Amino acid sequence: MADDVSLFGGPRAVTLSGPLRLDSGAFLAPLDFAYETYGTLNADKSNAILICHALTGDQHVASTHPVTGKPGWWVRLVGEGKPIDPARHFVICINVLGSCMGSAGPASIAEDGQPYGMRFPVITIRDMVRAQAMLLDHLGIETLHSVIGGSMGGMQVLEWAACYPARVRSAVAIATAARHSAQNIAFHEVGRQAIMADPNWRGGSYYADGEPPTKGLAVARMAAHITYLSEEGLTEKFGRRLQNRASKTFGFDADFQIESYLRHQGISFVDRFDANSYLYITRAMDYFDLAEEHGGLLANAFAGSTTRFCVISFDSDWLYPTSEAKMIVRALNAGGAEVSFVELSSPFGHDAFLLDTPGLNATIDGFLKAGEGARGGTEPERSEGPIG
Amino acid sequence: MSPLRTDLAIIADHVPEGARVLDIGCGDGGLMAAIRDTKRADARGLELDADNVAQAMAKGLSVVQGDADTDLADYPEDAFDYAILSQTLQTTRAPDAILGELLRIAPRAFVSFPNFAYWRVRASLMFGGRMPVTGALPLSWYATENIHHVTIDDFRALVAKQGIGVERTWYLTGNRQRGAGAANLMAEQAVFLLGR
Repeated sequence: MADDVSLFGGPRAVTLSGPLRLDSGAFLAPLDFAYETYGTLNADKSNAILICHALTGDQHVASTHPVTGKPGWWVRLVGEGKPIDPARHFVICINVLGSCMGSAGPASIAEDGQPYGMRFPVITIRDMVRAQAMLLDHLGIETLHSVIGGSMGGMQVLEWAACYPARVRSAVAIATAARHSAQNIAFHEVGRQAIMADPNWRGGSYYADGEPPTKGLAVARMAAHITYLSEEGLTEKFGRRLQNRASKTFGFDADFQIESYLRHQGISFVDRFDANSYLYITRAMDYFDLAEEHGGLLANAFAGSTTRFCVISFDSDWLYPTSEAKMIVRALNAGGAEVSFVELSSPFGHDAFLLDTPGLNATIDGFLKAGEGARGGTEPERSEGPIG
Repeated sequence: MSPLRTDLAIIADHVPEGARVLDIGCGDGGLMAAIRDTKRADARGLELDADNVAQAMAKGLSVVQGDADTDLADYPEDAFDYAILSQTLQTTRAPDAILGELLRIAPRAFVSFPNFAYWRVRASLMFGGRMPVTGALPLSWYATENIHHVTIDDFRALVAKQGIGVERTWYLTGNRQRGAGAANLMAEQAVFLLGR
């Protein structure tokens, strides 16, 4: 187990002294990071890929989740023979600032020995990215072969390209937007109000007695989960079918399968997520407006960028629809950046980026390999399939 | 790699080394890959069909899924040295506006299209009384994407009206180049190099 003291490998944790200056003006120090790496950093440190996770995601991108026991959340994309392959890539996934899986967040212990709770500073997507850059500095990784993420992960990808253009050779932003719309903010506000209306929330100071606002958090998750699915997907999966009963009960049990499904989603979510983290991270997403950070013009965020971009949207995603992706593409084109964009077809709505969506792996694979070929044959021989 | 279609081969031959090129309606990126590999061109593409975009991206090309009729406005002036529109003009809703866009985005543009005044096309209409189906126009009237059929003389008239210069032309019948004589009657396809 000598590897366990090294910087790289399965679950890793490190505390950096900081401080990190936040967009709010506040300073955060020290900073805990939880992260995982897969594969081996090559000699010229040119094969590192940073994967940025979504709102309720975590660093367990391709390893079993310690709470749920489920496989990593992006095993469809990351693994042997997949587009992101530890055999040739060095993969890093970091729990975002504000989250609750080991990186600094509202459940972390403050200087006074008590959890921060709502004393934790409000953070932004840019703060998350700056924190990640701080960790990469610590790990000795200057340049990233690619930064990849979906949903809020995609927002971090865009922010990485805007903040650190020289460190990002390519960027893959999936099912995402360069700003949160009024509708996006509205759904998040419903979730936050559900949490804060739970009597157990108590201004965020619920850590001591083990009675967190699970009911409020479950409702927040239920509302959010609806936005991750398409109407077509819901109709196909549940329709108006009843849950284990022949007829309506004329009561308020979960008569319908969709009700039962959402309740299950809500209840199982509270086991693995902290309500205060949900408040902080949704706030960070709502504050996100990359154009606003660059004088009101999104193209300015990418002016003169030499990063290669790949933007992917899904036709049934109404949370971050294709029109938002096209705004990003337009801004990149305006700046003359090298950009590819494709709208893939899926019935599964926003969640399509996590599922088996035709064309998704092939698109990312082609995009990444193109970048590897351009650097002069670092790509290993393909082992699968017959020759010719 | 399969050999390029003849009109594309002509275009590829005449793109200068290292040019910045936007291929509009780039399909699966065959021409882009060719000029990237043989001319070290910085080629970008615009393509309507998602499967084609994915195939082009798998070749390592930068292609944006989009529509020539609506998405050319996203590109700044002089973003490229050459714009390419091959066998696509006749499928667009506003070909006249698109010609203007091509020469806003780049000082020069290659445009290729099937000539609707080719004698076989004329004969099909005149003697058969039916919409022509030929090598350059392979689909029936109800299946074709061509909504603005154009002849070589029509095209010359339009660019003249728009004040666009014609720097060079190539005429094709089948896969062979032919001279300019009676091109509007004898050529099945034309390739124009336009300049501002």
